[in-house]
Amino acid sequence: MLEDHLISAAHLSRADIETVLDRAESVDSAGEAGHGSHDGRVLALCFFEPSTRTKMSFESAMKRLGGETIDMGSVESSSVKKGESLADTVRVIEGYADAIVLRHPSEGSAKLASQFVDVPLVNAGDGAGQHPSQTLLDLYTIRENAGLDDITVGIMGDLKYGRTVHSLAHALTNFDVRQHFVSPESLRLPRNVRYDLHEAGAQVREHTDLDEVLPELDVLYVTRIQRERFPEEREYRAVAGEYRIDNETLSDARDDLTVMHPLPRVDEIAPAVDETARAKYFEQAHNGVPVRMALLDILLGDEGGDRR
Amino acid sequence: MSDTEKELRVSKIRDGTVIDHVTGGQALNVLAILGIDGNGGETVSIGMNVPSDKLGRKDVVKVEGRELSQSEVDVLSLIAPEATINIIRDFEVIDKNRVERTASVTGILVCPNHNCITNADEPVRTEFEVFDDGVRCSYCGTIVREGDVAEHIDARGSGETAL
Repeated sequence: MLEDHLISAAHLSRADIETVLDRAESVDSAGEAGHGSHDGRVLALCFFEPSTRTKMSFESAMKRLGGETIDMGSVESSSVKKGESLADTVRVIEGYADAIVLRHPSEGSAKLASQFVDVPLVNAGDGAGQHPSQTLLDLYTIRENAGLDDITVGIMGDLKYGRTVHSLAHALTNFDVRQHFVSPESLRLPRNVRYDLHEAGAQVREHTDLDEVLPELDVLYVTRIQRERFPEEREYRAVAGEYRIDNETLSDARDDLTVMHPLPRVDEIAPAVDETARAKYFEQAHNGVPVRMALLDILLGDEGGDRR
Repeated sequence: MSDTEKELRVSKIRDGTVIDHVTGGQALNVLAILGIDGNGGETVSIGMNVPSDKLGRKDVVKVEGRELSQSEVDVLSLIAPEATINIIRDFEVIDKNRVERTASVTGILVCPNHNCITNADEPVRTEFEVFDDGVRCSYCGTIVREGDVAEHIDARGSGETAL
């Protein structure tokens, strides 16, 4: 079963994932009714980095479950600015809330924080590390559109620093998925993720050119190549242009290709793609609410306090 | 080389630890693991690249008045897997053990990922899982290959961030 905390997608089993996705599906199909089971429960949103989608979708999820959220505000206005450690911050907040969602710029921060609290803690992004709740909504979207077994998934963009990519790659090893990673040489998957995929016996290939693999794909997961990763603007432009897709780029793709993106996008997917049936990134973002409702419901347990 | 000649190279100690069969060239890294930089006043004898039947070349480190902690031995096993630890009291070897690779090492290595939370001012000790040819940070997942482990030994000898 899902652990008390959600720290890394590498800790999720196939059964864990299916439990969350099945619960999300029932939440989704029930519409607005019947989800107020967490009346009086409080979720603390601790975002040490700016976030729009993740933060708001957790907030929406908790409120739709009948609970409340509290927010530590911006880092500039919090005690963190006074030099308080993360360990102390979460120990204090634990007393105010039934669960904590943490976004932090340092890798390993969620694991560290989880060691200092007894309430469930969800990693909502730790530096370039992991973003497992994003992965659950990604998997939900993939399952709805292509299924989760006997499929070929292409993951393209900044694979080195992209935490959503690291989490997704780990989680996909639970399924019969062929994974193709497409990136500039300088932004390849980090060594630790490649090591884990190898250990898991995953079917993995790496490419620098999307054309090599595009016709085989059921799913193309695009991520933003981050400008700030490059020392020179010129180098960024040279690379970013190679990893931008439009309808012409996708002309060799299957008609039923599912195009995904964790958002925000800048210009890596042309707006014209939005109008096609392939574009699923807004649906993917919307899936954040039912999936996070399911996740919180499981982590918070029944009203009596028992976790399921 | 006769036993007498070997003895002359590295003299006997009264009380302390002799770390023998250290991989040739690793003696200074052993001192780093022990947090010995010459300023602490310990009496230390080192033999480097001494001929060895077993290893071809080996290093020997003798430290007066000091017995090793388990975490020090754990890290030692990464850079000197053939090492033997001899505890000396009153010139006699009272205990002799081979190092053994453990599942993890705590508080001795520094994570090379500057953005790892263990490099921030947090009340935790570093922790690395040990696998066949390296170690891996339990917090951020960064892998350090066996040959590079010595570079990441905490010079303070504790691997502990501020408490």
